[in-house]
Amino acid sequence: MMRLPKFTYRVPKIVSDAVSMIGDAGADAMFVAGGTDLYPNMKRRQQTPKTVVSVTRLRELHEIRGDASTGMSIGSSVSLTEICEHSVINRDYPFVADAARLISTPILRNMGTIGGNLLLDTRCNYYDQNYEWRKGINFCMKKDGDICWVAPSSPKCWAVQSSDLVPLMVAIGAKVKLVSASGERMLEARDLYNNDGIQYLNKRPDELLTEIHLPPRNGLRAVYKKLRRRGSFDFPVLGVAAAIDVAPDGTVREAKLILGGVSPAPIEVSEAQQALIGSPLDVERISEAAEACYLKARPLDNTDYVMGWRKQMARPFVQRALEELRRQL
Amino acid sequence: MTRTKSQKALIRFTLNGEPSEVAFAPHKTLLEVLREDLGLTGTKHGCELGECGTCTVLIDGQPILSCLFLGLDAEDREVTTIEGMAEGGKLHPLQDTFADLGAAQCGYCTPGFLLVAKELLEKNPSPSRNEIQEALAGNLCRCTGYIKIYEAVELAAARMRGEEVEPPRESIYGFEV
Repeated sequence: MMRLPKFTYRVPKIVSDAVSMIGDAGADAMFVAGGTDLYPNMKRRQQTPKTVVSVTRLRELHEIRGDASTGMSIGSSVSLTEICEHSVINRDYPFVADAARLISTPILRNMGTIGGNLLLDTRCNYYDQNYEWRKGINFCMKKDGDICWVAPSSPKCWAVQSSDLVPLMVAIGAKVKLVSASGERMLEARDLYNNDGIQYLNKRPDELLTEIHLPPRNGLRAVYKKLRRRGSFDFPVLGVAAAIDVAPDGTVREAKLILGGVSPAPIEVSEAQQALIGSPLDVERISEAAEACYLKARPLDNTDYVMGWRKQMARPFVQRALEELRRQL
Repeated sequence: MTRTKSQKALIRFTLNGEPSEVAFAPHKTLLEVLREDLGLTGTKHGCELGECGTCTVLIDGQPILSCLFLGLDAEDREVTTIEGMAEGGKLHPLQDTFADLGAAQCGYCTPGFLLVAKELLEKNPSPSRNEIQEALAGNLCRCTGYIKIYEAVELAAARMRGEEVEPPRESIYGFEV
């Protein structure tokens, strides 16, 4: 059986203790919240921190504040189940609750947190395997090896961004707060991600994600569509987040189209956004945007389903997302 | 929590309604602690990675996967395992209907399904078939095809609401040809 490796476990009660513990423990330390991403990775020896600092007992990380007019602040240790069930989120940001309901399973949503989902490790068929399996292929560059098995001539790792909330948070312009012993900073969600399967976060290991800020709602409408094999459990192998702001005369003022599950980072498709801005959200514009997303989606053969089909599915998924937004107008 | 040089941690918690304490290697999951240190093997060891649901237990009434939950995190919490589902020698209505309707075949997934269904019926005494499907979406069964499990949850829900119901004949004997 796969057991966790030995590690030192710390459970601080306040944020300042948490960040100083992680600072003191050095490079081999990691934060953990729900554990649903880290512990499987530790069992498979993909991640092997010597010290694990739990953020589940940090009371302020469980707070949810604000509403549509002020914007909302969600603590990073709020569980995904709480996001799904929270009355203000469901009323004012229903697309956030809807996307959260698509994440894995009800039991895992009881454990997993919004912060953990935003920082989810990138995934790949050659990486998410146990130690013996990975040893059998002489490892890959993301852990213990030096080659990318899905693109052997590639100098970089192509493990896939696999969170359902990431594309949506980028699309709606959410911000995240990062706290460390040396201070704190706010970052646009889009700037948190880096298109490299190994260095996939622009966050230092000693920085703790404490809050997610949703912008005031104003005219914002958003939707998230997910492709996966089963109606539960599975990570997205394509995720489409669309956000628009429409003027009273029906003209699209702002548009964001973000693809998840096709690259190490969420991909913003500016060609699709340009196709939508300045026109009403009609059938022609929607298919133009869908075509632009199809061209931009370049999945590799390292998740479930064949990559050509995943690319093809970008078109109907973008279409469905935008048609749903059009029905809301 | 108390940690000693002997590398064992000692925690106190409530296990199936009784105050308990247990000492174990601190990096063990709750699944390992339950099965190996407490001898409670009703909680099943499945995929170890959160992909099957058979190791489900209730923490403060909420289903979690014990294979991805540290034993240390059970400190001061209320843990309910399948061993705590029957009360005073009397099976929980869900256990009765699972047996009556053949909702358990090989039985390996059954403890997880029962505990998740128990929480569902406590929150929602009259769930629709869709709500049952959604609530049980984190538990895999490779034998039943799920239909018998859904029927057993529906029958238990009806009995717990105090309705006098018998299982449909075809649920037990199949359709007559």
